[in-house]
Amino acid sequence: MQRESMEFDVVIVGAGPAGLSTACRLMQQANDAGQELMVCVVEKGAEVGGHILSGAVVEPRALDELFPEWKAQGAPLKTEVTEDQIYLLKSGEKATKIPNGFVPKTMHNHGNYIASVGNLCRWLAEQAEQLGVEIFPGFPASHIIYGDDGRVAGIGTGDMGLDENGEQKDSYMPGMDLLAKYTIFTEGCRGHLGKELIAKFELDKDADAQHYGIGIKELWDVPADQHQPGLVLHGAGWPLSDAGASGGFFLYHAEDNQVVVGLITDLNYDNPHLSPFDEFQRMKHHPLISQYLQGGKRVSYGARAITKGGFNALPKMTMPGALLLGCDAGTLNFAKIKGTHTAMKSGMVAAETIFAALTGGDEGGNDLTAYGENFKNSWVYDELYSSRNFGPALHKYGTMIGGALNFIDQNIFSLPFTIRDNHADYAQLKPASECAAISYPKPDGVLSFDKPSSVFISNTNHEENQPCHLKLKDSSIPLMQNLPKFNEPAQRYCPAGVYEVLENDAGEKVFQINSQNCVHCKTCDIKDPAQNITWVAPEGGGGPNYPNM
Amino acid sequence: MKILVPVKRVIDYNVKVRVKSDNSDVDLSNVKMAMNPFCEIAVEEAVRLKEAGVASEIIAVSIGDKACQEQIRTALALGADRGIQIETESAPDALSAAKLLKAVVQAEQPQLVIMGKQSIDSDNNQTGQMLAALLDYPQATFASEVKVEGDKVQVTREIDGGLQTLELDLPAVITTDLRLNEPRYASLPNIMKAKRKPLDVKTPADLGVEVGNKVTLVAVNPPAERQAGIKVASVSELVDKLKNEAKVV
Repeated sequence: MQRESMEFDVVIVGAGPAGLSTACRLMQQANDAGQELMVCVVEKGAEVGGHILSGAVVEPRALDELFPEWKAQGAPLKTEVTEDQIYLLKSGEKATKIPNGFVPKTMHNHGNYIASVGNLCRWLAEQAEQLGVEIFPGFPASHIIYGDDGRVAGIGTGDMGLDENGEQKDSYMPGMDLLAKYTIFTEGCRGHLGKELIAKFELDKDADAQHYGIGIKELWDVPADQHQPGLVLHGAGWPLSDAGASGGFFLYHAEDNQVVVGLITDLNYDNPHLSPFDEFQRMKHHPLISQYLQGGKRVSYGARAITKGGFNALPKMTMPGALLLGCDAGTLNFAKIKGTHTAMKSGMVAAETIFAALTGGDEGGNDLTAYGENFKNSWVYDELYSSRNFGPALHKYGTMIGGALNFIDQNIFSLPFTIRDNHADYAQLKPASECAAISYPKPDGVLSFDKPSSVFISNTNHEENQPCHLKLKDSSIPLMQNLPKFNEPAQRYCPAGVYEVLENDAGEKVFQINSQNCVHCKTCDIKDPAQNITWVAPEGGGGPNYPNM
Repeated sequence: MKILVPVKRVIDYNVKVRVKSDNSDVDLSNVKMAMNPFCEIAVEEAVRLKEAGVASEIIAVSIGDKACQEQIRTALALGADRGIQIETESAPDALSAAKLLKAVVQAEQPQLVIMGKQSIDSDNNQTGQMLAALLDYPQATFASEVKVEGDKVQVTREIDGGLQTLELDLPAVITTDLRLNEPRYASLPNIMKAKRKPLDVKTPADLGVEVGNKVTLVAVNPPAERQAGIKVASVSELVDKLKNEAKVV
C-alpha cells in the first residue's frame, strides 16, 4: 500500500484552542470574501477535546473577538467567577489568606469563566466544521515534510497497524501526506514536531531557556452543600515548599456540583526525590482543600505539562512554510496562569496574516515575518510583555520576595528592567545523595489515591502491540547514569507510572517503560536530566480520553 | 446483492463508565462515543463480501439523534456505500429498533442484514432476533464465519462448547460474534471520501412506524466497591475469621 497525499491551503496540527481558533478565523475570512480555502486539522486524540487538560479559568477576550455571539451559540463557558481567594499554605494544616489588596491584579478573575477547555475545544470544533474546516481526530502528525529548499511543506500522518518491532500487521494502514502552503503547529506544550522545528530553524536562539511546569488535575463530584459555583482558590507554598520546589494549586467550583482541583509543580525543582503526583495527593488532605472534597467522589484524573517561560522564552514563531503557535511556542501568560485566551489570539492573528498573504498572491512556503509585526501589535504581546518578570522573579527570589516584586510590577509600576532565568529545567536536578529523601504518606483511597487507580479514570488506552512511543536515544542511560545519580527520577516525575525500575529473576535491575499508561503530558521529554527521552506520537487515537477536563 | 448493516452509537469501550449522581442513567456528557464494536465487525464482514464480489451495495443505518451520523460516516469510511439515519430523540428499546429496521428492510429489500449480536451499552442481544421474527426471515446469531453461495448463506455459529453450521435461505438476518473478523482502520482518504457519500435522514413517521418504548429505565447502580483486604498473621487466625466473621466454613 502506498502513501497517498493531498494538498490543502493550510494544515493545522492539533485541535486545541490555538489550532481551532486559527482554523475558524481562516474560514470566517474566506467565507466573508466568498473565497475557497482548504483548511484541515489533524488531531492525535480519538476525539477533539479528549487530550485537552487545563484548569481552567478562561478569560473570554479572544472568544469575544472570534465569536461575539458565543453565549447565544452555546459555548460551554457557563460559570462566571464570583469570588477569588488566594492562600499561602504554611503547613499541612495552616493557610494564610492573602488580603485582596496585596494580590497582583493579574490574579483577579472578575469577568472570567470556570470552564473545561476540553469542552470549549469540542464546541470550537463544531463551529469550525460548520465554517467548512475538515477535522480529523485520531490522526497524529508523525513527521514533518520538508521541501527541497528546506521549507516546511506539510506533515505526514502516522502509519496504523505496526507491531512493536515496526513490522506491518494485517491491519496495516499507511499514513497520508498532507501538504500545505502553510502548516500550523499547535500541539500544545512541548509538541514533538514543534521541538524539532525549534531546533532545526533555531527559533529560540534569541530567547531565554524555556520553562515548564507539570499540572496534575482531578475532577470531583462534591456534595451540594460544599459547592459554591464560581468560587476560585489559588495558592502556593506547602507541600512543594517543603522540598524547596515552587508551583501552586488551584481549586475551582464549576457547574453541576463539580470541583476541579490541581497542583502545578514547576519543573525546575532540584530534589530528584520529589514526586509531583504524590505532592498533589498529599496536598488534598490540607483542610483548606479537603473541606470541599470530603464526601465527594473523584470522577477524572489527568496531567499535562505547561509552557510557562512567557515573553523572555518565547521563540520566533515563523519559519519558511510554517508557524508555531499557542503553547507549542509558549504564549501562556504565567502572571494570570492562563493560556487559553493568548493561544487563541496567537492563532487568530496567524489566520489573519496567512489569509492576507494568500489573497495577495502568496504561493506559500514563505517565512511570514509579517506575523511578528502583527503579533507585536496585538494585545497578546502587551500582556506577555508586561508579565515578563513574573515567572523569573518567583524562580529567582522565591514565592515571598518574588511575589512582592510581582505585586509591585503588576499593580504599582512596571519594573523598568527584565528579570531573567536562563537555566534549563532539566539541568536543575541535584544528585539524590545530596537531597533529603521525601516520605510520602500512603494514599487513603478517599481523598488521595495511587497512580494506577488514577490513570484508570483518565480512560487512557493505547493499542498494545505497537512501537513504543517513548524513545530512548541511549538505552543505557536510565540504569547507568540516572539511577545511580538521581535514583532515576522518571519513576517519580511521570504522573502515570510509565517508568519503572524493576528487578528481574536474576536480581538485575531492569528499566521498564509502560508506554500504554502514557497520558501524553510530555514531562519526561522535558525533565529527563540527560535529555534522553523523546516523546513521539503513538498510533492514532491512543492516549487519554478525558471527559470534561 | 444488497446488504443492510445497522450500526449503533455507544459509549467507547475505552471509557470507564460512570453512573450519574442521581442514578438515572450512565453519564454520557462529553464522553467519547464510538461505533459498537460488534457493529464494526458487521460492517467489516459486509465490506469483505463486497470486496469478494458477492455484495454490490452496502447500506449503513443507525437510529438516534443527529450525533449518530458520526457512526454512519465511520461505516461509510470503512466501505459502506450510503447511509440512512432514522431520527429519534432518544434511544429506542430493542423492539422499537427492530420495528424501525423492519421498515427499512421492506423499503430497501436487502438480501442480507448483518448486525452486531448486541451493543456494549445495554447488552440486550435482542434486536437481531426480533428483526428476523418480524420479517419472518431465517436468522443465524453469533456468527464466526459467513459464506454466501448462490441464494443461500452458510453461517458458522459459536455455541456453548463448540461450533454449529447452519444454512439459511436468503434473505436472512445474521448477527456477528467477536471472532468473525478483525475490522480494519478507516484510512484518512476514505474518511474524506465518506463525507461526500449520500446519507438520508428519515423519521419514524416517514417509515410508518410508531415508536413507543415498552421498557423504561428505572435506575442504574454501579457495582459495589471491593473492600480492601487484610493480612492475617497465622493460619489459625485465617480459619477463625473464615468461621466466625465470614461464616463460610
